[in-house]
Amino acid sequence: MTADVDIAVIGGGVVGCAVARRMTLEGARVVLIEKAGDILDGASKGNSAILHTGFDAPPGTLEQECVRRGHDEFMEIHRNFNLPVLKTGALVAAWSQAEEDKFETILEKGRKNGVDDLQLLDRAQVLAREPNLAPTVRSAISVPREYVIDPWSTPLAHLKQAVENGGRALFNAEVTGGVFDGKNWLLDTGQGKVRAEYVVNCAGLYGDRVDQKIFGTSEFTIKPRKGQFVVFDKAAARLLSSIILPVPTERTKGIVLFPTIFGNIVVGPTAEEQDSRDDASVDETILHSLKQQAVTSLPGLADIPVTAVYAGIRPATEEPQYRVIQRTEQHWLTLGGIRSTGLTGALGLARHVHDLLSSRGAEFNTLENPGIPFVPNLAEHLDRDYTIPGYGEIVCHCEMVTQREISAAMEGSVPAGNMGGLKRRTRATMGRCQGFYCSARLAELTRGKFVHPLGIGEAGE
Amino acid sequence: MNNPFEYDRCDVAIIGAGPTGLAAAVQLKKQGIDRVLVLDRESEAGGIPRHCGHHSFGVIEYARLMTGPVYAKRLAETTFQAGVQIALQASVTHLGPAGALTISTPKGTGHLRAKRVLIATGARETPRSARLVSGGRMPGISTTGALQSMVYLKNLIPFRNPLVVGTEIVSFSALLTCKKAGIKPAALIEEKSSPSILWPFHHAAGWFGVPLFLSTKINKIMGKDRVENVRVTDKNGNHRDIACDGVLFTGLFTPESTLARMGHLLIDFGTGSPMVDRFGRCSDPVYYAAGNLLPPLNMGLNCWRAGRRAGRWIARDLAGTLPSADTG
Repeated sequence: MTADVDIAVIGGGVVGCAVARRMTLEGARVVLIEKAGDILDGASKGNSAILHTGFDAPPGTLEQECVRRGHDEFMEIHRNFNLPVLKTGALVAAWSQAEEDKFETILEKGRKNGVDDLQLLDRAQVLAREPNLAPTVRSAISVPREYVIDPWSTPLAHLKQAVENGGRALFNAEVTGGVFDGKNWLLDTGQGKVRAEYVVNCAGLYGDRVDQKIFGTSEFTIKPRKGQFVVFDKAAARLLSSIILPVPTERTKGIVLFPTIFGNIVVGPTAEEQDSRDDASVDETILHSLKQQAVTSLPGLADIPVTAVYAGIRPATEEPQYRVIQRTEQHWLTLGGIRSTGLTGALGLARHVHDLLSSRGAEFNTLENPGIPFVPNLAEHLDRDYTIPGYGEIVCHCEMVTQREISAAMEGSVPAGNMGGLKRRTRATMGRCQGFYCSARLAELTRGKFVHPLGIGEAGE
Repeated sequence: MNNPFEYDRCDVAIIGAGPTGLAAAVQLKKQGIDRVLVLDRESEAGGIPRHCGHHSFGVIEYARLMTGPVYAKRLAETTFQAGVQIALQASVTHLGPAGALTISTPKGTGHLRAKRVLIATGARETPRSARLVSGGRMPGISTTGALQSMVYLKNLIPFRNPLVVGTEIVSFSALLTCKKAGIKPAALIEEKSSPSILWPFHHAAGWFGVPLFLSTKINKIMGKDRVENVRVTDKNGNHRDIACDGVLFTGLFTPESTLARMGHLLIDFGTGSPMVDRFGRCSDPVYYAAGNLLPPLNMGLNCWRAGRRAGRWIARDLAGTLPSADTG
């Protein structure tokens, strides 16, 4: 089978999904090629769900530009997709004089980046807004338009829009090779051959490997950077309404304390260099220290149980900025090194891809009235499915996931391709009991659907 | 909004149709309380015993040794015959002041006002995440509750050779379930220098053919798409890798006190249970807690007893003969 398209997008992370959507909307025939069984299987599954303004991005960089455009576009389209936003705002909190000394630089950077609503708050103002914060906080910069969004439904909505408007998505389709005949690429994938006029490599943690496989060389090397997170139970939600950002360092945005759209409070991520691109294991000592850091900033968390722990791996490279590598003659574009800001930046980056391809002479006719997919709401502050009659039964009691939601996630234009995908679409088993009550029912409902099932056999075999 | 219930008021609403809740309901009827409603989020009444397949229930209550599922059915029948209404697939989502409950059902969201509410939501095991155990987060990591509901309710198994962590009573129950389901645990480990209950773990090796390692702590879960190995560490710091295809975390029960936490009731942060007086009355005296929601953890019989006791106290409270919250 050969798929004939204008654009092949390699990688189904937040960037690949956004690029597939943008190029479909611009009129291209697109296929997204993903090596895993579902989208968001690599770096994207551990993203921290913040819609950034780019106030602290290096001014004049592509990252800053993409984050700004991404923020604008998300706020423009989210209602149509039924995608939730929690308008938390962020506080860059200073806990020492040394940190306060950096505020002027941060404010200046914000102004340069066109984020003109930053505001300096003194201790009393900070505590008036966040009364549960440790009183040792000295002052903060308020960033009103840093928001919290759904980290998984958002890219899912993007890919769904691509697929529902003529695009395609291939899963379990690792790219194993490819040749360019001067006009078109012929890619070998785990799901057959794909012929495409242009290729956009959005392979994230494996972006350099894909380029090496095709060209024998890559302009950058992925330096995997693990980030661990601790998720506190929903009872913590009343303790905090803003994102609490640390004063950033050169290397990392630092450890953040933030509410999630699902009603939890999360602390993380750490920044740990490692060789492995897929070992997202957590570490007891680090989890304890994260928990302690969270309690130090927000003492009420000491009495709140931990619901979940997880780790994500960010595709850092040797350099801090987004890496856009153009192989113009070969119709190949590589997007690499998209880290912390990727969820927001992806929409802007997708527009950048369109700009680049158009300037190279690619011609597309923008779709008129493209279809808009409906994405089920998982946000706790809005009405969930269980409030609407006819849901069948509650399958996951901790997260109040209905049978109707599970069925919907297994169908549609981009159905769940593995257990992780089902969890990200519904939140089943992601609550405080982690499957104590629901994994049996879930094993039954998903029987025979996934390569790695919950139930691996029958009892008594 | 259509109320999915026949009425919007009752004398006592009981949240949780396990041994505690059902015993309390029957007791309340015996004490002459008119409208007693038991709410449970599951599709069947009976609570945890529904998926404890071994014979360890019913000797005192029904003068007969029976399995959990049989016991659960008997309890539900007794309750029904006593004139108690049991609403299944009814998930209480909010506890409000003055006994105002919000309840989600497949037919719609209902609102109910009860003169008294008994919270009997039980306990659950602490999963791997809250134990902050190192390693990967792949399929094959389970708790006894999840294993037993899979085996006894769905006839499925999540692994074939798991490492079992813990030596509480429930751990023994987990080993029995493994045996019945054809699961052969790779080893049993306990962090302390002796099992949490003395018998029968000293004989565990003999009975189940499972090696027992004491003073041994789980260190790291390893594997790619499934659990492949678990590194354990003994008290001298020596590591040992145990080949297995899953990890079964048993025990470390934590009260299922979410409703109380999310609402207005005060929580005892030491135990994680609602704060109660000697009658099990919460900080809002319309609410009571009983059974495994309060420490210590008990088996079916003692929950049933705790439920009966709670039923008597609530009946006295409604009759105005229970010492008031202030003087209690």
